[in-house]
Amino acid sequence: MSQLERNEKLIQITLAVIAFSAISFLAVITFFIFFEGIPIIIKYGVKNFLFGLDWYPSEKSFGILPMIVGSIAVTMGALIIGVPFGLACAVCLTEFSSKRIRQILKPVIELLAGIPSVVYGFIGVVILVPFIRDNFGGPGLSVLAASIILGIMILPTIISISIDSLLAVPRTYRDGSIALGATQWQTTVMVMFPAARSGITTSIILGMGRAIGETMAVIMIAGNAINIPHSILDPVRTLTANIALEVGYATGEHRQALFATGVILFIIIMILNTMANVMSSKRKGRN
Amino acid sequence: MKFNNPRIEQKIMLGILWIFTIITVFILLFIILYILKKGLPVISYNFLMTNPVDMGKSGGIFSTIIGTVVLTIGAILIATPLGIGTAIYLTEYTLENKFTRIVKFGSECLAGIPSIIFGLFGFILFVIKLQFGWSILSGSLTLAIMILPTIIRTSEEAIKSVPYIHREVSYSLGSTKWQTVTRVVLPSAIPGIMTGIVLSIGRSIGETAAVIFTAGAVLRIPTSLFSSSRTMAVHFYILAREGISMPNAYGTAAILIIIILIINMVTYILMNRFIKKYS
Repeated sequence: MSQLERNEKLIQITLAVIAFSAISFLAVITFFIFFEGIPIIIKYGVKNFLFGLDWYPSEKSFGILPMIVGSIAVTMGALIIGVPFGLACAVCLTEFSSKRIRQILKPVIELLAGIPSVVYGFIGVVILVPFIRDNFGGPGLSVLAASIILGIMILPTIISISIDSLLAVPRTYRDGSIALGATQWQTTVMVMFPAARSGITTSIILGMGRAIGETMAVIMIAGNAINIPHSILDPVRTLTANIALEVGYATGEHRQALFATGVILFIIIMILNTMANVMSSKRKGRN
Repeated sequence: MKFNNPRIEQKIMLGILWIFTIITVFILLFIILYILKKGLPVISYNFLMTNPVDMGKSGGIFSTIIGTVVLTIGAILIATPLGIGTAIYLTEYTLENKFTRIVKFGSECLAGIPSIIFGLFGFILFVIKLQFGWSILSGSLTLAIMILPTIIRTSEEAIKSVPYIHREVSYSLGSTKWQTVTRVVLPSAIPGIMTGIVLSIGRSIGETAAVIFTAGAVLRIPTSLFSSSRTMAVHFYILAREGISMPNAYGTAAILIIIILIINMVTYILMNRFIKKYS
């Protein structure tokens, strides 16, 4: 083997090692979160941990049901607000507006994605929370406030992926439908949406992942009270908030319980990721 | 919804859609303009160049700017070689096989993990187990892992879009694979790769959850890799949440927004240049 060939071989091996180490981070992260979190779930029982109503770390009582309900409540709220607005935007920008308007508005909407989540939380604190308190009652820090802010935060994800998948539908589908006498709206609902279905679903799943994983904005506006909410004006604590609020000072079993909270969050996110992945590979397979 | 006349139906639905779209755009502009309106008057040379006094009640944000810059540079320095190396390996050195599929799936999963999980992980591994403490080093490493998927994906796309004929010409002149990669492929792919790096800078600057538990929140200017440091985003979060100083919080937020605006503009320009070149 010549010097040159040896070098080439060496470079290839180095690159393979780099690629492998990049992916191994995922394994390392998974390992550490589970290694710290699983023992305490086993010690106190899966049922007690997942369905326990009481979270008193000082008294060794670790039940995260209120946080699970909290996370589900704000995520559902975010979807109820984010999905209709997001899809409406995506449809408007692909089907009913000129290319020019799309070229101006798409980057503007993508700007939303770059704004730090603490800024959203701040807007929630200074504008939305007082508004809800004054007009609807309750403390203002609530499921409703968190849902609205999260709904805004997931808009860019939903809009940009939906736009891409609507644009990827072959032009002939649209032309065929219009030629048969359907209106643009009928074409959108009956032809474009079904054809872009998997992309749109992917966008919603990813938006859901973003909402469930959001931490700082939620801490600032959801109120963080550990209880099962009875109305959308009640404050809640999410899984993410539970971790972030207490990890700074927690020790021993308390810290482990926070990692266990992380395990549950991690599993939820992984299920959503896998669903999104399957969806998008289905899409690629069809094209 | 059922209407007898499809034309009227279309008009009504179109109206509703546009109202939704206009509301969305309005909300976006409102957030940005509101922060800028309240924050810009606070910003001055002194605000940028003096250190926070009294936990940020008065004074400026100089030390948090330094903290942000150092932490971001650290993260980029660690993540860029790893990300570009992975992208080169995936696109130039292997065909699609099981290994590349695993790497791609892994990097997609990493991209979906919420930042608080990165924070937890960095906290237990770097801060506690490896005893780096709350430090620039722990923070940069954590951020680097967080931005890695973005850099891999954008670099991969950039490298893939370099026309194959460029490589063939290079090979026909007798270059090796590595020479082709470094002297033909990478130079053409650089604007695309830069897009990913700039986006990652934006994400690092705005990140809070992953940073606060790994780099800590000490207000002094960092003196070594092992000193704790507070970034602008963390500073803003603490100012706002603990109600220390609303004017200073608005000022810091305005600076964050301005940086994000600039970064978005730069990526937009880079991307357009790249697309123009290859289509």
